[in-house]
Amino acid sequence: MTPLLQTAVELIVAAGLVGGGFFALVGSWGLIRLPRPMQRLHAPTKATTIGVGAALLASSIGDLPQGGTISIQEWLITLFLLLTAPISALFLAKTLILRGEADPDIPDSGTGQPWATLGQERPDP
Amino acid sequence: MLKRLFPHPYLSLTLIALWFMLVNQWKLGSLVMAIILATILPLMTSAWWPDRARVRHPLRLLGYTALVFWDIIVANFQVAYVILFIPRDKVQSRWLTVPLDLKSPEAISLLAGTITMTPGTLSSDMSACGRALLVHALHAPDPDSVRDQIKSRYEARLKRIFE
Amino acid sequence: MILGYALTFMFACIALAFVLNIWRLFTAPTLTDRIVTLDTMAINALALVVLYGIRAGTGLYLEVSVLLALTGFLGTVAYCKFLLRGSIIE
Repeated sequence: MTPLLQTAVELIVAAGLVGGGFFALVGSWGLIRLPRPMQRLHAPTKATTIGVGAALLASSIGDLPQGGTISIQEWLITLFLLLTAPISALFLAKTLILRGEADPDIPDSGTGQPWATLGQERPDP
Repeated sequence: MLKRLFPHPYLSLTLIALWFMLVNQWKLGSLVMAIILATILPLMTSAWWPDRARVRHPLRLLGYTALVFWDIIVANFQVAYVILFIPRDKVQSRWLTVPLDLKSPEAISLLAGTITMTPGTLSSDMSACGRALLVHALHAPDPDSVRDQIKSRYEARLKRIFE
Repeated sequence: MILGYALTFMFACIALAFVLNIWRLFTAPTLTDRIVTLDTMAINALALVVLYGIRAGTGLYLEVSVLLALTGFLGTVAYCKFLLRGSIIE
């Protein structure tokens, strides 16, 4: 690997780490700053997940300058986080709606049926 | 015969890829183990997933994934901007109702996941009949344009892929 | 060289995020907020483990982060299901 390429990879890894740290911090800060419960859900699901994702991808190519190979296990963790973040967000939103802690001005579903969480007989989740 | 041995071919392929990611090595032994797992796990779980997922254009799914990845990155800068620079009482959060044209459960769950990961929106609930999604937008001065974007940018593509 | 500085920066960011999270855990107005905070803390802990792995120069810590990702997700879902349905396994 030429020295120039080596420096480029190191710069990419450093950028991933710095960006990841920034986004993780923004996610946790948003958790404190945003005033309403539904708004607070947005911060960790997006910012924190991408923060860790950036760090993981940096770790994936981090061995290249020392003559290592690309490690793909980090991709698995990133993929897993990206797939599970929507599911936990959906569960948290449903909990907020059911407990009445979400903003109360929920619109009508427009299909003649209630929303699944608020309906009388809830289907098995 | 082949259909009974591999009830979910896409699931089998995904399992092989996942196993290679997990062991992090390119060895023949890993491939054997991956194929064993890819045969056994779909057979064991097929009782809970009787219908085969129909994907019309598997290759277009790759393009869709690339689009969503790009949008996730853009979305994060938008959310970071809202968190850092917009005053607390000026953040205009809205509920939106997104009527669905999609029918297959796989496509709808993919759409819900996409909505959650992309710009400023979070899919929160579904109507009891499964034909509308409740979406929460973090900062949407114009809720109609957000709904139109979801429908044209993501749902139309998913409809072409799955139906 | 530059990698060391970036690593230290991210360690500092995650540590600060942890402090904010713990502050949030004590002052959260609702129960669901605490679950959101715990979910965030699990992901931050995962980031910390990954960073430690980069600094130590070994891939062994990645197995730990796989497990943390799994248990963090399952924990969040279990808490939510308990609040939604009153029990976890039906």
